[in-house]
Amino acid sequence: MKIYDGKYILIGLVIFIAMATFPIWFSHGKAAPPPDPKLDTPVINQMPNKQCVLSKQEMITGHMQLLNVWRTRVVRDDKRVYVAPDGKTYDMSLQNECMKCHSNKSQFCDQCHNYAGLQQGVTPYCWNCHIAPKENK
Amino acid sequence: METSRRSFLKLGGLCALGLGSLPIVNALAKTETSPEFVANPRALTAKRWGMAIDLKACWEKGKPECKECSAACHTIHNVPDIGNPQQEIKWIWTEPYGGVFADMANSYLPGDLAQKSVLVLCNHCMDAPCVRVCPTKATFKRSDGITMIDYHRCIGCRFCMAACPYGARSFNFWEPRGYIKTELNPTYPTRDAGVVEKCNFCEERLAVGLRPACVEACNKDGRTMYFGDLEDPDSEVRKVLAVRYSIKRRPELGTGPSVFYLI
Amino acid sequence: MLERAMTGSPRYYKLLGVLAVFMGLGFVSYMLVLEKGHGVTGLSRDVSWGLYIAQFTFMIGIAASAVMVVLPYYLHNVKDFGRIAVFGEFLAVAAVGICPLFIVMDLGKPMRALNMLIYPTLNSVLFWSFVVQTGYLLLNILIGWNVLEAERKGTKFPDWVKPLIYISIPWAFAIHTVTAFVYAGLPSHDYWLTAILAARFLASAFCSGPALLILLCFILKKYTRFDPGKEAISKLANIVTYAMFVSVFFIGLEFFTAFYSGIPGLEEPLKYLFVGLEGHRQLVPFMWLFVILAVAALIFLAIPKFRSDDKFLVIGCACVFFSMWLEKGVGLTLAGFVPNPFNRVVGYVPTIPEVMIALGVYATGAFILAVLYKIAVSVKEEVGA
Repeated sequence: MKIYDGKYILIGLVIFIAMATFPIWFSHGKAAPPPDPKLDTPVINQMPNKQCVLSKQEMITGHMQLLNVWRTRVVRDDKRVYVAPDGKTYDMSLQNECMKCHSNKSQFCDQCHNYAGLQQGVTPYCWNCHIAPKENK
Repeated sequence: METSRRSFLKLGGLCALGLGSLPIVNALAKTETSPEFVANPRALTAKRWGMAIDLKACWEKGKPECKECSAACHTIHNVPDIGNPQQEIKWIWTEPYGGVFADMANSYLPGDLAQKSVLVLCNHCMDAPCVRVCPTKATFKRSDGITMIDYHRCIGCRFCMAACPYGARSFNFWEPRGYIKTELNPTYPTRDAGVVEKCNFCEERLAVGLRPACVEACNKDGRTMYFGDLEDPDSEVRKVLAVRYSIKRRPELGTGPSVFYLI
Repeated sequence: MLERAMTGSPRYYKLLGVLAVFMGLGFVSYMLVLEKGHGVTGLSRDVSWGLYIAQFTFMIGIAASAVMVVLPYYLHNVKDFGRIAVFGEFLAVAAVGICPLFIVMDLGKPMRALNMLIYPTLNSVLFWSFVVQTGYLLLNILIGWNVLEAERKGTKFPDWVKPLIYISIPWAFAIHTVTAFVYAGLPSHDYWLTAILAARFLASAFCSGPALLILLCFILKKYTRFDPGKEAISKLANIVTYAMFVSVFFIGLEFFTAFYSGIPGLEEPLKYLFVGLEGHRQLVPFMWLFVILAVAALIFLAIPKFRSDDKFLVIGCACVFFSMWLEKGVGLTLAGFVPNPFNRVVGYVPTIPEVMIALGVYATGAFILAVLYKIAVSVKEEVGA
């Protein structure tokens, strides 16, 4: 069987396989350590009952959805207080409420975001506008 | 089973359509157990926020270079100082009377009235052209009368800037963070390159029971700015409008500004 | 049929190559804008729309002008236009194809452009502009492609194309009317707040578009074996002539209302354009060039001896195209911002990155046009039209 343009097809195939498997062989042996978000902040340490707005699992999977809803309610509906399922109230503000407790952004938020490739300037670009808390290292 | 390519494609298309509508059906079927979102009990509320600026009192203070209102506003809102008049960002500033009220051109104004400073800002018009033209509703009219900008949604088309008859809007030509010359206010965000911004009647302060920063800064040395609910006859702004003559900017355009000037 | 665009004469490849270079330069300039912000352009707080939006306004007129061929041919059976109808439609595709590109280049946050679809705002003219542009693009691609395909096969085009053709006729008027509404509905700028803006837009479109089509037909006649036919060109020339007269007349109407009423808001933008205002005279040479070219165009087109002579017709059409470009693509958008809301004059000069981006977008349009025309010409040469 004659393969027409076999030379080009083979070259193209080799290039394609190299590109498609790039993540596997390029990062071989360079596995980054798993993210280890720390809750070690002055405000959290002082809390008798260490509790976030929602449960840990809900926050891990749903914090972005929550923030989106909060954003709409605050900016478009002028409603600034969130009443959580357990009755506690929170001021719906990333800068002023979430970061009040989680003031160690580089050891909390960035831990998972950087690991997943979400560095600042790419996504999430919340921090382009929302001012990150000053961290004293 | 004998089937033609055509009928196979038709069936395939129908299946794709059905599967594609599954997420939509799911979304509609979900009953939201929506938690409550309420307003801060300390918040100031109004049906239509408005402002009256007493130009006579301002001029009588005798501080022609005064920029206290601008400074207060720009500081707490992290407004950058770009440094050139073409690309500068300003929420509240002063312009000469002759330029602000050019539609009342008068060569025989007393003294140097034409050059006297008049405070200008977004008028939060009742029938705002900027709201009408925004293609994404990033600029919208809130129920309390404030013309708001949702900086998350703005695509930077600048149609609103073309529509505003008052030149109240500024575009972020550059990344603003590098140009903020005042101390950063960590409780309020900055903006990003590529969005339009303007005065917001300090809605974040109203939400916690505080009055706009410009009003507080200016009134420190004498009552010059009045702020309140234009639909409440007992509000301070309505009370002063009832006894003093006031003018608006470009009233013939029908925009219905909420900022009045007492002259 | 797309494969006919992949092969051609060395001149064809050279053309595509040159255009690709400009497209690349425009792309690199745009990367600069994305990196630094629109501060690298000449735009300002007072002149918030400039080169890009002005070119969008002009090109959408060119796109609308396809109706000047489609309407006579499909609605009134003017058989002479049969040979060039598809070229009119492909010109519309190229022109309306780069209009959204100009807008995206202008956006402050182009990555959010889809917000217009996620949050459709029916009271915003820009939303409708997006809708009609997309619709027109699809219509003309479908119509032009299928009509050409049918010609290649030697049959009549399928029936479902007919209603699309009928829709495309009022749709062409709609795209440029909506564009005019972008300007004419704003209470803030007196120069644009005129009821005849849509009429002016359509008139200038209907002379500059067919003028460009005539020029393209002459290029095709010179460099390919395809001959558009003397009758088609002559009828198009008539359309250009009438439309040019109407266009110049409308501009004259603006002058009358402005200067006879004496209202400063109407006079000042025209003064800024033609004699300068408060020392700002950047646009004055452009506008007088417009006047000279427009008068020359009218002379070369109105006199039958000139209009029927190809040499003069080409000059006349070039005069029409460039004079209308100067009036609409240079004067209109910029003069609207004069004077600013505080009665001052702020000038505007595009920067080099801005110009390179605009050229890059134009090169993209020319690239699309070259590819589509190559396909059409190849088909027509094969069929022996």
